[in-house]
Amino acid sequence: MAIKTETMTLNMGPQHPSTHGVFRLVVDVDGETIKRVEPVMGYLHRGSEKLAERFVYTQFIPYTDRLDYMNAMTNNYVYCAAVEKLLEWEIPERAEYLRVITMELNRIASHLVWWGTYLLDIGALSPFLYAFRDRDHCLDLLNEISGARMTFNYMRIGGVKWDSPDGWIDRVKEKVKVLRENINEYDTLVTGNEIFQSRTIGVGKLTKEQILDWGISGPLARASGLKMDIRKDEPYSIYDRFDFDIPTQEEGDVYARYKVRIAELYESLKIIEQACEQIPEGDIITKKGKRIMMIKPPAGEAYTRAEASKGEIGVYAISNGKNKPYRIKLRRPSFVNVAILQELLIGKNIQDLVAIFGSLDIVLGEVDA
Amino acid sequence: MDLLFMAIYAVAVLGGLLGAVTYAILFERKVIGYMQIRTGPNRYGPWGMFQTIADVMKLLMKEDIIPAQADRKIFVLAPVVAFAPAFMVFAVISWSENLYAADLNIGVLYFLGVSSMTMLGVLMGGWSSNNKYSLLGAIRGVSQMISYELPLVLSVLGIVILVGSLNLRDIVFFQQDVGLWFIILQFPAFIIYMISAIAELNRSPFDLPEAESELVSGYHTEYSGFRYAFYMLAEYTYAIAIAAFATTLFFGGWLGPAFLPGIVWFLLKMCLFMFVWFWLRATLPRARVENLMQFCWKVLIPLALLNIVVTAIIKVWMGW
Amino acid sequence: MSQETLDLIISKVNNALDEEVLVVKPPETDEEAEGEKEEKEEIEETAKLNFGKPMIILDSEKWSMDLAKMLRDDPQLHFDFLQCVTGVDYDEHMEVVYNLYSTEKKHYLYVKVKTPRETPSVVSVTPVWRAADYMEREIFDLLGIEFPGHWNLKRILLQDEWEGHPLRKDYITDKKALGLD
Repeated sequence: MAIKTETMTLNMGPQHPSTHGVFRLVVDVDGETIKRVEPVMGYLHRGSEKLAERFVYTQFIPYTDRLDYMNAMTNNYVYCAAVEKLLEWEIPERAEYLRVITMELNRIASHLVWWGTYLLDIGALSPFLYAFRDRDHCLDLLNEISGARMTFNYMRIGGVKWDSPDGWIDRVKEKVKVLRENINEYDTLVTGNEIFQSRTIGVGKLTKEQILDWGISGPLARASGLKMDIRKDEPYSIYDRFDFDIPTQEEGDVYARYKVRIAELYESLKIIEQACEQIPEGDIITKKGKRIMMIKPPAGEAYTRAEASKGEIGVYAISNGKNKPYRIKLRRPSFVNVAILQELLIGKNIQDLVAIFGSLDIVLGEVDA
Repeated sequence: MDLLFMAIYAVAVLGGLLGAVTYAILFERKVIGYMQIRTGPNRYGPWGMFQTIADVMKLLMKEDIIPAQADRKIFVLAPVVAFAPAFMVFAVISWSENLYAADLNIGVLYFLGVSSMTMLGVLMGGWSSNNKYSLLGAIRGVSQMISYELPLVLSVLGIVILVGSLNLRDIVFFQQDVGLWFIILQFPAFIIYMISAIAELNRSPFDLPEAESELVSGYHTEYSGFRYAFYMLAEYTYAIAIAAFATTLFFGGWLGPAFLPGIVWFLLKMCLFMFVWFWLRATLPRARVENLMQFCWKVLIPLALLNIVVTAIIKVWMGW
Repeated sequence: MSQETLDLIISKVNNALDEEVLVVKPPETDEEAEGEKEEKEEIEETAKLNFGKPMIILDSEKWSMDLAKMLRDDPQLHFDFLQCVTGVDYDEHMEVVYNLYSTEKKHYLYVKVKTPRETPSVVSVTPVWRAADYMEREIFDLLGIEFPGHWNLKRILLQDEWEGHPLRKDYITDKKALGLD
C-alpha cells in the first residue's frame, strides 16, 4: 500500500533563529528534503541608494556603515575611495595606513562573529561566547580611534576623521599577539572535532564554474579554488606594500569555507603587524577634504571595488559636477552571494540548510540595502 | 497503612524532585557558564540560588496560550503524558539500602517499559500543536527515541545475565558481593548506555528534536508558560531518572565508603552523570541526522548484541 | 595594456555585429584636424577608456544575448565574472551598466546599454551570467527597466504592491504615506 504523502511549505523566517536577521526562505519540503527554495528579502530595505542622491558626498558615509554593520570600515573605505577616484586625489600616507589597520581589524571582528554564530548554528554553544570576547578586543580598539563600536563613520573623502590616540598603535600590537594565541586555541578546539567535520565536510559544495556563473566572491570563491582577492588582483589603498598570502582551498564545501576564513584571520593579523611597523607620521586628511560642502567631483563615473569580509564590495559612483552624487550604486557582496541558495539547497535537508546558509555569511543590512 | 506510606513517599519524592530539578537547572547553567568564560546566573539570591525559582514563577504567571488551530485536548494532555512516566519510574529506584518504594522483582523491565512512554508526550505535543516546526521536531524525536531505546535496553541485558535477576536491589547487592562495580565488569555496556541515554534524553550533541537553530524549539515550540514549565520538568525528571538508573546499574547504587550515608553516595554519583551531560552540551556541536541513525543501527546495536553474547559465554565459562 | 584591450574589444564587437557600432574619437594631435573636428563631434563617442578601463556604449537594440555570450566565451576576451549591474536614470534616457571582469586575463570592461526612457527594456543576461539574476531584479524593482528573458522578474526589495520606482529621478516621495510628515 502506498502512503499518500505531500510536500509541505515551510516559511523559514522572517523571524527564525538561524536567518540572522529578517530574511525569509520559503522552502517546499518533502519530509525533511528540500524541493524548492525561494529567498524573500527586503524587510530591511532603507533605500540607501536613493538617500545618497539627497546628501552631499560626506553625509552619505554614515549610511554605508549600516550596510554590512559587521564590516563597516570597508564599506566606509570603498565609498570614500570611489569619490576620491572621481576627484583624482592623493591621500596622505598616514591616513592610508590607518585605513588599512582599521579595515583589517574590522575584518577580524567580522570573521570572528561568523565563526561564533556559525558554530552556534550547527549546535555548539560555547564558541559564540569565546568569539565575542575576542571580537570585543577588536571593537575596543576601533572604538578608541573612531568613537563608535560598530558604525564607525571613520573615513572621510581624502583621509580619515581622527588620528590614532596616544599609544594606540602599541595597543594594537599587543592585541594582535593576544588574538593570534586565542585564534590558535579555537583552531585546535573546533577544526578537528569529528561531529563538526561530519556536519561540514562535503556539505554544500560549490564548483568553480558555479562561483563564476553566480558572481560569487570573497571567502566563498577562495574556498572553491579560485585565487581571487582584490587586495592582490588590483591592489587598492596600500595593500601592495604588505606581504601576505591568499588562503585557498580546493574542495568548495562548507568546511573549506571555514578553513579559508580561519586562515584569513592569520593573514589579517600579519597585515596589521606590518602596517603598525611601517606607519609614518603626517597628515591624516588632505586640505581639500576638510571642506566637505566644496567636494565637487568632475562629471564622470567609475566603479571602485574592495575586498570586504563577505566578498567584493563595489561602488559605482556617477557625478554630474555638483556637490551631491548623481547616482551611487552599491554592489553588496551578501546580496549577490545569497542568490546561489536557490540552486544550492535543492535536495538537501533542513539541517544542511542551516549549515549551508550560515556558511555564506550574509548580513541582512547589506542584502536589503 | 501501606497505601498511606506509599502516598507519603510519592509526595516526598515529588517534592524532592521539584527541588532537584530546580537546582539541576541552576547547576547546568553554572557549569555551562563557567565553561563559557562567564559566571552564569548570579542575581537572585547568593550564587544565583533563587534564579530558577524566579524563572518558574515567571512561567507560572504567564498567560496560558493554546493556539487556535491546535488540537486542544491532546495539546493539554501532552506535557502530563511526558511527565508521568518519567516520575513513575522512581518507584523502583532504591536510594539507599533501606530507602525505596517498591522492591519489584522485575524492576529493570518496569523502568525500561515505563520510561519508553515519554516518547508519547513528545509525539502528542508535536502533532497537536499544528505547527510545522513542532511536527518536524516530533518526527525527529520519535524516530530517535525509538531507535535508541534498543541499544539502551540491550546494554542493560548483560548485567541482567550476570546477576540473574531483574530486581534493581539485587543488582546492587551483586556488586557488593563481587566487590566490583559493573562499570568495570561491563565497560562496553556502560559506554553504549551513556551514548544511548544522551540520545534518549534529547540532550546535546543529540538534541536534534529541539535544535533551536533549525526547528526554533522543536516539538514544544508552541508551548509557553505553565505547560512549557511542565515539559521542562518532564525533561529534567527523566534526566534524573536515567542518571539514577545508571548509578544503580553501573556505579553500585548506594555503595561507598561508610563515612557518608548511602543516599549521599547515590546522589553524588548521580551528579557526576549530570555533570558529564552538561559538559558535553558546552563542548559539542549537534550531530547529523543520518549519522545519528546510522550510528545507532550500525554500531551501537551490533556492539550491544556482541556484549550480550560475550557476557553469556563468560558467565557459562566461569560458572557464576 | 588597457588601450590594447579596448582595441581588441572594439574589433570583436564590431565583427560580431557586422557594422561599425563602436567608434573611438581620434586623438586630437595637431591643429590640422581642426576643420574635421566639428564634423567628428557629432558622432557620439561609443568606446573609450574610463579611468584606465575600457568602456563601450551600445544601444539596447544592439545589445543581445549573443553579444554577451561572445564576450564571455571568446578566448581572447573571456569575461567570465559579472561584477556589477547598475541602472541609471538620465532624464532623457536610461542606462544599464554591466561591469565585467576576466579572472584569467585580469582585464575589465564597462558595457553601457542605453535604452529609451518611455519603454526601458534591456535584454537579460541571466542565461550568460547567473549573477545578473538578483541585480537585474533589483534594477527592475527600483528603476522599472524591463529585462526580457529573465526567468523570474519581479520586485525583490520592495513589496509587490509598491507603486512607482524610487530611483527614477521623477519619483516623488510620498512623505505622508510613509509616515514621515
